[in-house]
Amino acid sequence: MNLRRDVFQAIADPTRRAILMLVASQSMTAGVIAANFDTARPTVSKHLQILTECELLKQQQNGREIYYHLNAKKMKEVADFIEPFRQMWDDRFNKLEAIMKNYTPEI
Amino acid sequence: MERKTKIHAEDGRQELVITREFDLPLELLFKAYVMPEIVEQWMGTKVLKLENKKHGSYQFETSGPKGNVAFVASGVIHDFVPNQKITRTFEMEGTPFAPQLEFLEFEAVSEGSSRLTMHIVYKSVALRDQILQLPFAQGINMAHNRLQEIVNQLN
Repeated sequence: MNLRRDVFQAIADPTRRAILMLVASQSMTAGVIAANFDTARPTVSKHLQILTECELLKQQQNGREIYYHLNAKKMKEVADFIEPFRQMWDDRFNKLEAIMKNYTPEI
Repeated sequence: MERKTKIHAEDGRQELVITREFDLPLELLFKAYVMPEIVEQWMGTKVLKLENKKHGSYQFETSGPKGNVAFVASGVIHDFVPNQKITRTFEMEGTPFAPQLEFLEFEAVSEGSSRLTMHIVYKSVALRDQILQLPFAQGINMAHNRLQEIVNQLN
């Protein structure tokens, strides 16, 4: 299984991104998370399952309740995934900008 | 720190969009794409051919650290409208990667600033993700160093 690809898929979904944003502030139970969305509870559960499988969320048993919290380490990995590619273009464009700022047309 | 270059890559889609605002008038930005000697400088590549016209084609050659040819990139230009857009294909010759389609749009933001939107369409979702993960780092540094020298000479 290509885990990185799965992580990438996980964050592509707007609802799942919203869940990550929500949980980033504090750990929550599935019920509390679901209450923040208009989406049907089973749909939210499915999203939580995917995010947990990708290790973006971690479950923590607290008494009878299961709390979801963000796996910051995994999130960083996702952010890094596209970063080298972005950096490459950023470097190129920075050079382009620097070169053209110094450009004087030959008359 | 503000990130000037943004990449929008939705999952499950075989495309991505790169946007960048430049502190340059539109004409100068476009010039950087059409003048071979300038393309060579910021892309860190040798321009073998660059025909800036509809139905034209281009060919770039990038050298490795030992001066050997690392790869040749080429494509055809489908549309060319000065200071507006370039539509072209891009292919890394001799690699298993299928050609990609690139839509480059240039627009003025103000008198002294401009924006480039680069919309790239790949053959498949898997290919796009693979390209995104290519070990670019070495190439970046090489190009970076060379361009840094050029820029320093200009100053």
